[in-house]
Amino acid sequence: MNSPHAASLRDAALVAGIAGILAFPFVGLLLTTEGTAPTLSTRFPEFAGAVVVIFFGRLGVSAARRGQGLLPLVLGLAMAVGGALSLVVEATGLGASGAAAWHAFVPGTFLSTVACAGGIAIAGLAGRNYLMQDRKPAERTPLPMGQLLLWLGIALAGFAILLPLLPGVDRRLIDVATLVLTYVMLGWGLNIVVGLAGLLDLGYVAFYAVGAYSYALLSVTFGWSFWVCLPVAGTLAALFGILLGFPVLRLRGDYLAIVTLGFGEMIRIILLNWYDFTNGPDGITNIGRPSFFGLPFKSEPEQGTESFHTFFGVTYDPVHRLIFMYYLILALAFVTNAFTLRIRRLPIGRAWEALREDEIACRSLGVNPRNTKLSAFAIGAMFAGFAGSFFATRQGFVSPESFTFIESAILVAIVVLGGMGSQIGVAVAAIILVGLPEYFRELQEYRMLAFGMGMVLIMLWRPGGLLTHREPTIRTRPAPA
Amino acid sequence: MTPLLKVTGVRTFYGAIEALRGVDVEVAEGEIVTLIGSNGAGKSTLLMTICGNPRARTGEIQFADQDITRLRTWDIVRLGIAQTPEGRRIFPRMTVLENLQMGAVANPAVDFDDGVRHAFELFPVLGRRRNQSGGTLSGGEQQMLAIARALISQPRLLLLDEPSLGLAPRLARQIFAVLREINRTSGTTIFLVEQNAYHALRLCHRGYVLANGLVTLEGTGSELLANPAVQAAYLGGTGQ
Repeated sequence: MNSPHAASLRDAALVAGIAGILAFPFVGLLLTTEGTAPTLSTRFPEFAGAVVVIFFGRLGVSAARRGQGLLPLVLGLAMAVGGALSLVVEATGLGASGAAAWHAFVPGTFLSTVACAGGIAIAGLAGRNYLMQDRKPAERTPLPMGQLLLWLGIALAGFAILLPLLPGVDRRLIDVATLVLTYVMLGWGLNIVVGLAGLLDLGYVAFYAVGAYSYALLSVTFGWSFWVCLPVAGTLAALFGILLGFPVLRLRGDYLAIVTLGFGEMIRIILLNWYDFTNGPDGITNIGRPSFFGLPFKSEPEQGTESFHTFFGVTYDPVHRLIFMYYLILALAFVTNAFTLRIRRLPIGRAWEALREDEIACRSLGVNPRNTKLSAFAIGAMFAGFAGSFFATRQGFVSPESFTFIESAILVAIVVLGGMGSQIGVAVAAIILVGLPEYFRELQEYRMLAFGMGMVLIMLWRPGGLLTHREPTIRTRPAPA
Repeated sequence: MTPLLKVTGVRTFYGAIEALRGVDVEVAEGEIVTLIGSNGAGKSTLLMTICGNPRARTGEIQFADQDITRLRTWDIVRLGIAQTPEGRRIFPRMTVLENLQMGAVANPAVDFDDGVRHAFELFPVLGRRRNQSGGTLSGGEQQMLAIARALISQPRLLLLDEPSLGLAPRLARQIFAVLREINRTSGTTIFLVEQNAYHALRLCHRGYVLANGLVTLEGTGSELLANPAVQAAYLGGTGQ
């Protein structure tokens, strides 16, 4: 045995060895608290399982990379089936009763899921090699990405519109979908600043907070309605965008990131400490809910007024309000998207993209970089302000705790991993980074592990972001005479 | 007649380093003027100073009888001075057409379709690549794109920083031929900085030699080509 096979085995053994070193403290040891004393127990079967899965997985990956179809196909399928079987056994055999049981067998579940997913990936890669091996490279015509993405976008939008009407969709899913859409909208807003204009803004959550507090204070103090406050909150956030924009105009890259990060924290700390105005850490409660064209969602409307369910003659159901909230944020997100798609074709949007590519060239072509950057900051902040008012009205409560740095970090991750500037990429990344962890909340701390793993996988396979395709803003022009 | 561009006693500093030590240059309307000199003589600095970045510490720069010494780069450009900066600096992820659109920023009054048609006549290869992103073009094509982008705004004065840099001799000759064509048909005034002294001096009406931040020689292109000092320093001493 020499040649590639031995190399593959050696490689797989090496990787499994490294995995073993890493997995021993993470998987092989378990610290539990019995009574008051912590005790250390071992979990050798799980540990061995992890190493074996990684050994065979690596073997499959290297075989698939060499283009051998059959071996990795079999290996991948075996892993996928094995993982799936083990999942079934875990779920039924141990009895999935209650959250406490989860914790006990999550390592097994987690491992099986990894094995299953990895197996599917390897088998898929191998299957593609298998199908492609007889074709000449010339026959592999590149996909028309623009068209493909357009249809994907329409399909996603259609799915989002129909989601609440689908059978089997419960309150919880709508709640998670509303949250995801909030992040999609924030991601699209930040995409203007980071993706198009290329200004790395690590304090975007500040504008989200300005929008949320604007609405909360106006609603609680003056009793203004959501629809009046929405543009006010957007305008205030945009003003803060300009306020932040001015001092940081000269900064680029890392320096800009540091200053925007500081700005984000400043806003949060002001909200926390300006007790007379913001009610400090206690937050603001009883924020007004939006109405459906003047019809509130109340089970018992006041005398002489109508409510949503009395007007339409349906029985009161709290889900109505949730679904309305869902459609509200969906509409706001669509507005953000339509705005971005349109402005990319206008001189200002093109100037943003050009500024991201090369600031010096922009200056030499007559672009005023100050105004261009300020407009990007202001418009990006405006959409964060809209999303912030929505957040406030959805929660009915705001406090500084909702606007910590981790929110900004997640948003930047969504934009960067989605593929800077790609609208669909941002939406997909928001679903992966926010929706999945939120939906699988039962997995407790493992969901953060999955979050990290998702980021690592995207970085490995799509280092430029999920969707790197950039649709040109103009296509054809009359051919040269 | 006063010249279109008049640089008088300009001194420019990088920190404590004096890059230009009192430069006087004049470019008349419709002329091609070239500036040659060795590395570090201050050629690019002069072009950049005309565009206001870095600013001249003393001296005056006049364009079309207007003092532009203290204006900001983008305002200077909007007066009708287009520049192709050193190193081409096209927008790599944007398509050829989008790059050309950015060229129209300085002069919103121009007819973009006309400008594009004209650009594709000058550089047919750009027409074939019009939906391709700038980063996928070859070096020569990128240089053509940079020049075409600068011309879209129909400038009165075109500043070029080493258009032949890194190009094969045949491509460089092609670029110079196009520059002559632009000057002849559109009457665009061209101020050209070059290391490729032989081609640049053959192309230009007049030339300046810059050394250590000072203009040391000036004259018509043929005068400078025949000058023994120029031959020795910039033409390898074989200027027969």
